[in-house]
Amino acid sequence: MERIPILLVGEFLLVSIQVDLHDRLALALQDDLTTEVVKVRAKGVLIDISSLEIVDSFIGRVLGNIAALTAMLGANAVVVGMRPAVAITIVELGLDLSCLRTAINVDQGMAMLRLLLRPVASQGSDESAEK
Amino acid sequence: MNPPRSETLPLRSDEDLVRVRQAVRAWMVEQNFNLVEQTKMVTAASELGRNALVYGGGGSARLESPVDGGHGGIRVTFEDHGPGIADIAQALSNGFSTGGGLGLGLGGAKRLVKDFEIFSEPGQGTRVIITIRK
Repeated sequence: MERIPILLVGEFLLVSIQVDLHDRLALALQDDLTTEVVKVRAKGVLIDISSLEIVDSFIGRVLGNIAALTAMLGANAVVVGMRPAVAITIVELGLDLSCLRTAINVDQGMAMLRLLLRPVASQGSDESAEK
Repeated sequence: MNPPRSETLPLRSDEDLVRVRQAVRAWMVEQNFNLVEQTKMVTAASELGRNALVYGGGGSARLESPVDGGHGGIRVTFEDHGPGIADIAQALSNGFSTGGGLGLGLGGAKRLVKDFEIFSEPGQGTRVIITIRK
């Protein structure tokens, strides 16, 4: 079966979804990422959705699942590159993706993942700085 | 402006659902609907197509243009011969789901495309029609 490639960049996993994401493929990505996080002991996962033309309730749920699963495995997930029209549609659809950490592009997403890796003691001030 | 035309696509697999999304997108682009309109229509089509696939046991999507003798616009009709819906109002309410989903499918699609009609009865399958006018 077709698979979405997962790249290891330093201690982070990088995924760029460049195909029309059908439901089975989305679920396969969820499984592969979860397995890979444990296998390479990744500290973070970055998912680039800039090529995704839609995020419907199914894809949205899979993105939310990936965030929840990586959190359970001690890693952080960031979704980057959401198109403005997609964001507008998600809100009108009624999808609550507030559990997702997002950034505007891959660069900022990577910066966010690095920031989240700082020692626990400094996390409180980091969070207020992000806002 | 555009000659009348229609296209019926099957909904039997995940790949079929992708093809329906692509077709709706292509028709929207041809008629110069803006990016937000395109995205809403395609997302609504994805939700409704998935409903026909998952809850209706498969079906079809029929694209038509123009609508109501106008100069353009697109109508998409989703049809399945599944168990049907007993309580449509409940099915349209947020968070209602019998299939383990998020329950946003029908209600969400209706929020995205204002012109939304649904016909269903237990045992008679379900037909949902969404229309966008020029």
